Amino acid sequence: MVTGIGVVAPGGIGTKQYWELLTAGRTATRTISQFDASAFRSRVAAECDFDPVASGLSQREIRAWDRTTQFAVVAAREALADSGVLGVSDPYRTGVMVGTACGMTQSLDHEYAVVSDEGKKWHVDDAHGSPYLYDYFAPSSMAAELAWIVDAQGPVGVVSTGCTSGIDVLGHAADLVADGTADVMLSGASDAAISPITVACFDAIRATTPRNDDPGTASRPFDRTRNGFALGEGTAILVLEEYGHARRRGAHVYAEISGHATRANAYSMTGLRADGRELAEAITTALDRARVNPGDLDYINAHGSSTKQNDLHETMAYKRSLGEHAYATPISSIKSMIGHSLGAICSLEVAASVLAIEHGVIPPTANLHEPDPDCDLDYVPVTAREQRCDTVLSVASGFGGFQSAIVLTAPERAAA
Amino acid sequence: MSVNRRDGASAPVVTGVGVVSPNGIGVEAYWKAVLAGSSGIGEISRFDTDGYASGIGGEIKGFDPAEHLPSRLVPQTDRMTRLALVAAEQTLADADLDPRSLPDFAVGVVTAASAGGMEFGQREMEALWSKGGAYVSSYQAFAWFYPVNTGQISIRHGMRGASSAVVTEQAGGLDAVAKAGRHIDQGTPHMLAGGVDSALCPWGWLCMSRSGRLSTVADPDRAYLPFDTDASGHVPGEGGALLVLEDPEAAERRGARKRYGAVVGHASTFDPRPGSGREPGLRRAIEAALDQARVGAGDIDVVFADASGVPDLDRQEAEALAAVFGPRGVPVTAPKSMTGRLLAGGASLDLATALLALRDEVVPPTVNVTSPAYGDLIDLVLDQPRECSLTYALVVARGYGGFNSVMVVRR
Repeated sequence: MVTGIGVVAPGGIGTKQYWELLTAGRTATRTISQFDASAFRSRVAAECDFDPVASGLSQREIRAWDRTTQFAVVAAREALADSGVLGVSDPYRTGVMVGTACGMTQSLDHEYAVVSDEGKKWHVDDAHGSPYLYDYFAPSSMAAELAWIVDAQGPVGVVSTGCTSGIDVLGHAADLVADGTADVMLSGASDAAISPITVACFDAIRATTPRNDDPGTASRPFDRTRNGFALGEGTAILVLEEYGHARRRGAHVYAEISGHATRANAYSMTGLRADGRELAEAITTALDRARVNPGDLDYINAHGSSTKQNDLHETMAYKRSLGEHAYATPISSIKSMIGHSLGAICSLEVAASVLAIEHGVIPPTANLHEPDPDCDLDYVPVTAREQRCDTVLSVASGFGGFQSAIVLTAPERAAA
Repeated sequence: MSVNRRDGASAPVVTGVGVVSPNGIGVEAYWKAVLAGSSGIGEISRFDTDGYASGIGGEIKGFDPAEHLPSRLVPQTDRMTRLALVAAEQTLADADLDPRSLPDFAVGVVTAASAGGMEFGQREMEALWSKGGAYVSSYQAFAWFYPVNTGQISIRHGMRGASSAVVTEQAGGLDAVAKAGRHIDQGTPHMLAGGVDSALCPWGWLCMSRSGRLSTVADPDRAYLPFDTDASGHVPGEGGALLVLEDPEAAERRGARKRYGAVVGHASTFDPRPGSGREPGLRRAIEAALDQARVGAGDIDVVFADASGVPDLDRQEAEALAAVFGPRGVPVTAPKSMTGRLLAGGASLDLATALLALRDEVVPPTVNVTSPAYGDLIDLVLDQPRECSLTYALVVARGYGGFNSVMVVRR
């Protein structure tokens, strides 16, 4: 059961601001401001207007923690306050599972430049590196910080599967609750890797959009004119709680994680086969585990990365797994608004799916004006749609060949 | 404490093992070296350690990736991935498992990582900062990231089942195997799991030195002395192990020949915040793993220790073992004293070693320890292998930050 939500996202720090942005269909992509990106092919990103002091972090925390950890801590505190679970759960039966694709890349990139004298020395300089370098090297440091906040002494860890991390980690955390290992899990994913090395490596494979002259519309999933994803950053952390535990303390339940699955395409570290077979298999398995039929789906929160390869792959996967229902189910990609924050994005997408259930509103696919004729499903262009959502599917596809799907259902189902 | 119970009949069986280690590539070469007390620890030769406080490590010597891997895979992979690909090939061969001969989504892979492909990453960051973004390799996007070994193994062998990667520092080598067990329970009957890791480049070395846990002793035989009165930290190494885990019925159906043992219990816990004065989580993890395995402390025949080499952590571990098993209640060993700590690979190698110990009913030794510090608490097996009847082994792994992971295996 999801009983708490915390979000740090482009265009909005906090769940309320995040949902307002998504349902208004506003985009948060812009010219990169975190460093001088003028020498790069893609200079667009969805950045968070994150003020660590205003977000309650101490000077010591700001100095010691990478931006990824700072986001995670701020989101975790919001989720805990939202759920009211802090101090209520048994530490031994409380855990933390966080996801990340890039870990502390921004700090590693910056620190490397210092200790190598901007790449001049292979034999890096011991005298000038940050005392926190090991915490940047090992992203498990982020899980440790969250564990100390919630006093978790049960299972704590990091699941990292590239761009499917956010689904895979929430699925794993939900498994730990379902099989009785923990009563409460703090779980989600965080990435803040808008840094020269990240921009350079996506430039090198032309995965990111070069639409530098119109950053606000740079991310155009399912649109004929899309030409790559817009890098993003952010975090969503959820409180997952065993049903009886939540009910006994009278917690507000947003939704249930009722099924998830992941498959590998065994094809390419970056490429996708157009037939969408493995993603379809993940969807079918997740629906089966959730005991949900394709016709029950009220909304699909898409991967929709704004690359042609993905959009065709994903559309085929829906047709293959859902049959005729693929055409009847509203589908939208919020990456059109908040970009692609790599591992974090699918936890933000799960949070959006949970909020769609809570509020009965489907966020739109912004910037979708000229649908790709091969993407012939209902991609909810431009404007949000008010509609009751009891059963939502969210999917992701990522480097390494990972294909993941997760099913969220309205809390009434668990009560029934 | 209620944990997910695993009854003996359905516990996943280990049907194949592969090892790449500083003291041996290949299971039997490694096992022979371990029983002989032969160490792979020495002065770092891969790069110049002048200017760094530490210079001792466990390197895999004489490994030429071109001898083992197709030429297209070499330029796109970090050393840790090359080593992992070699271990994966060995492991599948040992298990006689060909994923392409099985149904489409029947085989998955879960690996543990600590920091991703650091040497590859250093080279590309050097190109970025010294020459510019246009000089960064098109492979960087996936050669550095944490689940690279999972992805490359899956692609090379056609494994499409549920796959993942975990990053819990040095506890990850067991957590990955436990997660693979969950994938089996959820319908992927054949899993490859474990960790193979390396960060032996100047950048990785500098980061690791900031853990404050590396020994600065310059003598390779005196640098890593877990549970010794002269313990001064550990030495890093590279390598690890992968295992094939299978649903026992699925293994039977495909005619798997080998059974190294069964993974019957696992638990992970986390320590309270440092300085809180509360008991670390290790004892609870051991007890919960025993509970899941449905065995008592008296059933365990040997413990493979985490053996941090940091005096405070060694003492914590010795105290936890004595609390559960009684003072000197069970033989304890640390064959990693011959390899160094292999980041995310170390605990998987300990698990593989435990299975080999069960197979041959012999406890491999801990080397170089001459002055045991906790002789009243633990019975450390020193210098010579100890032959005894072995049915159950317990493996302990602890990760920087407070991660505890414990696994029980049965012959």
